[in-house]
Amino acid sequence: MATDRLDALRGPVPPRPHDARAIAALAANPGCARRAVLDAAGIDKDSTARHLGFPAPFGQSRFAITRGDVFEAQVKANGCAGLLRLLREVLGLPIPLVAYHDAADVGAHLRHAHTRALIDRAARDSDDAGTFYDHPLLSLEIAGHTSYLEPDVVAFRLGGRFHIVEIKSFAVIDGQAEPAKVAAAARQAAVYVLALRRLVEELGHDPGRVSHEVILVCPENFANRPVATLVDVRRQLAVLRRQLARMTGVGDLVSGLPSGLTFDLAADADGVPTRPVAELAEAIGTVAARYAPECRSTCDMCLFCRDEARDEGSTDLLGRHVRDELGGVAGVDEALALAEGTRGPADGQEEIARLLRLADRLRAESLEPAR
Amino acid sequence: MSALTALARLRAVREGRAQPAATVRHCHIAEAPMVFIPLRMAGEAAAPLAAMIGTDPGSPRLLVVPQPRDRDLRFAFAAELAEVLLPYVEGFAKETETATRRGAEPYERCLSAPQVLVPNGQAAAFTGLLGRSTRFRRAEGPYPVHPSVPVLGRWLTFFAERAAYPGSSLLVSATDALALHWTSGQSGLEDANLAALLGWIDPPPGLTGLRAAQEAEDPLLWPPAGPATDPGFDNEVLAPAIEGYTRAPTARAVERVREAVRTQLEPTWRLVWRAAELLRGLPAGASVTRRWEYDRGAFTEFLGRVAEGGPPQARRDGAVAAASRLARMERARVSFDVQRAYDDPLIMAEYRLTGEAFAGEVIAADPEHTEGEGRSRKLRPLVTIRTVDPVRLAAGTAVGTPDRRGQEAELVATDGGEITLKITKGMGRGKTPSPGAVPAVGERVCYTSLTDDFQASASLPDPDLTPWTHGGPPEEWVPDDADAAEHWE
Ligand code: SF4
Repeated sequence: MATDRLDALRGPVPPRPHDARAIAALAANPGCARRAVLDAAGIDKDSTARHLGFPAPFGQSRFAITRGDVFEAQVKANGCAGLLRLLREVLGLPIPLVAYHDAADVGAHLRHAHTRALIDRAARDSDDAGTFYDHPLLSLEIAGHTSYLEPDVVAFRLGGRFHIVEIKSFAVIDGQAEPAKVAAAARQAAVYVLALRRLVEELGHDPGRVSHEVILVCPENFANRPVATLVDVRRQLAVLRRQLARMTGVGDLVSGLPSGLTFDLAADADGVPTRPVAELAEAIGTVAARYAPECRSTCDMCLFCRDEARDEGSTDLLGRHVRDELGGVAGVDEALALAEGTRGPADGQEEIARLLRLADRLRAESLEPAR
Repeated sequence: MSALTALARLRAVREGRAQPAATVRHCHIAEAPMVFIPLRMAGEAAAPLAAMIGTDPGSPRLLVVPQPRDRDLRFAFAAELAEVLLPYVEGFAKETETATRRGAEPYERCLSAPQVLVPNGQAAAFTGLLGRSTRFRRAEGPYPVHPSVPVLGRWLTFFAERAAYPGSSLLVSATDALALHWTSGQSGLEDANLAALLGWIDPPPGLTGLRAAQEAEDPLLWPPAGPATDPGFDNEVLAPAIEGYTRAPTARAVERVREAVRTQLEPTWRLVWRAAELLRGLPAGASVTRRWEYDRGAFTEFLGRVAEGGPPQARRDGAVAAASRLARMERARVSFDVQRAYDDPLIMAEYRLTGEAFAGEVIAADPEHTEGEGRSRKLRPLVTIRTVDPVRLAAGTAVGTPDRRGQEAELVATDGGEITLKITKGMGRGKTPSPGAVPAVGERVCYTSLTDDFQASASLPDPDLTPWTHGGPPEEWVPDDADAAEHWE
């Protein structure tokens, strides 16, 4: 059974839950088998990378964290009163009466059940009153494991429809925000939309009642005044669904791995990993990676994989554009040998070899001091 | 990205050192540029934390906001920045020349112009944000600031806008400029790290480019070039220092914050100057002077606008202004690309690769060839060139050559690797071509279909005639008290 194999790969520790950020990042490098296997098995990639000597470069500044918390608290103050005003504007609806439910009112262990009960009741009611559900604890099945999602969103119901509201502290200045940040927020929001849709469906309601338009709330200009924007996340949803389906199919990948393979860190009683590093590196190395420079902002394993790609002399290091220009030739030495004519093209490489030979000649000619 | 640059990256990997991406310099580098390295408070859109600035590598000026959340301290920072930047900028107003333009009145143009050098593209963008957050302020009214602050805002906005303009050198980002001239053995994403990119281009003795770039990624050895600071530094060093200031805003507390940010800025300060030195070491491309002339013109014009007390730049362009700005940028992009190709054989090689240019040896020439009879008889010298380049130009295509600028020719026939051209312009007016106008047999020449004739600017309606479908005529932006009072928290 694939699940048993995945458990064996992880070792005797509980699978690491994925937060929305991690799930959103699943879609970032869909071609990478290593990542698919590590994530499907619920392996703690951060600790793994650290133990391998390649800690992920994802530090967060205290200032940024504080700023995010302050802004969120401000938006949600007084039962989301400020948020309501924004929703009226952005949805263009007169929203009468508003109720506020905090799913975190109960203990952590009950939160998921409590969220289910609240959403079920909400889906049955179809009055016109707007209702906020703060801190809903949603879940998503990933390759056989249930992942609980960090509750940093608010679900909003109006009539029979739900919207996901995501509060972010990056600024929108004169109607524009940093595109990379908006894209990341949209990917994350899509995870919540999907999780809420699955929940609504499980409860026997129409999943289409969860809108694909999420509401992004950010500070405007240089002040802390929040502004809301509707963001269509259909594209992100499609990518996410595809990737999740792929992870269900991770069984094929796993069954091809050597038996007895494990990425267990062999933590001692104090939780300190004792697995010999070289052995762990070798084990990880058995699952093929597909490094790209973009991994550096999306995957904890990035510095390890980059180092590996470098040792292998892989053209992946230089980015997809370069790889594309090289017609997919995988090795730096191989591509250079084709360019310099010290190696004949293999079948199917004739075209790229010709182009590289030409490029090599043109470069040499253009760099000659006297042309 | 092309097979040529891909190849350069591969070579850089193998050699352990960056490879040339240009044989001449394509940007202007001033004798005494003003280096400006701003730092921002993490989590905030435009809260300045500090800046290192100056025109003398040996004596940078360090500006610090000991509590970046304090509005008054931010404006004090802006006023201090103005104190450094404005005299530098205004210094260029003194010397002018009379310039002429086709179809327009002669005008006075400054002999030189300011140049601001920032470490990277984010610093250029942050410069724009600082401009945006200061240009609408007022010296009178309900929330007065120092009179220099709104002027500073206009200039910062001006510089940031020019930075988006292809070929302009008024605000130069060091990483962008370096990457235009050298190709590293790492990815383009990693090239945004100034220390790493310089590591490839100019590794310290005994280190390969790769080693140097690896060291550059350690924030303890090479703090990030900003505007974002290293989170480890924020948490361990900066936060306690700022808290100290908040508890007791003494001179000592300020000094502690200053010393903390100084450690983060000094390494980058040296790197930016090193970048300027490396760029200056390349011979200037033939069109650099001309582009700098445009920059001087743009600067002079804006100087006049500020002197007249014109309004600050609008928050957003109206529809027509936005379209004409786009069209201008597009033209600038095309002409920057073409000029670089004419100035630099290594750039021209990109077009030879795609068949839009070719180089080869002249194998036959008929300098006195003519066309037509009697009065309409015209001199049309013929030249045949042998090339091994994969030419993709059809007969009838107009071509130009970097070897004889201003000359025009037309492709007459291609026969395998032999291409015959007739020269149509720029060979003299006599019955025979002026000496040297027609390449002689044996000469190596290069021709291309790229031309840099500015197409007349796409005819866009006057701003006053903006169709109502595009929002009607834009209102001139007159900042009011609300703008001046806009929060900067
Ligand atoms: S860093 Fe490694 S494991 Fe992660 S996505 Fe990239 S290649 Fe795959």
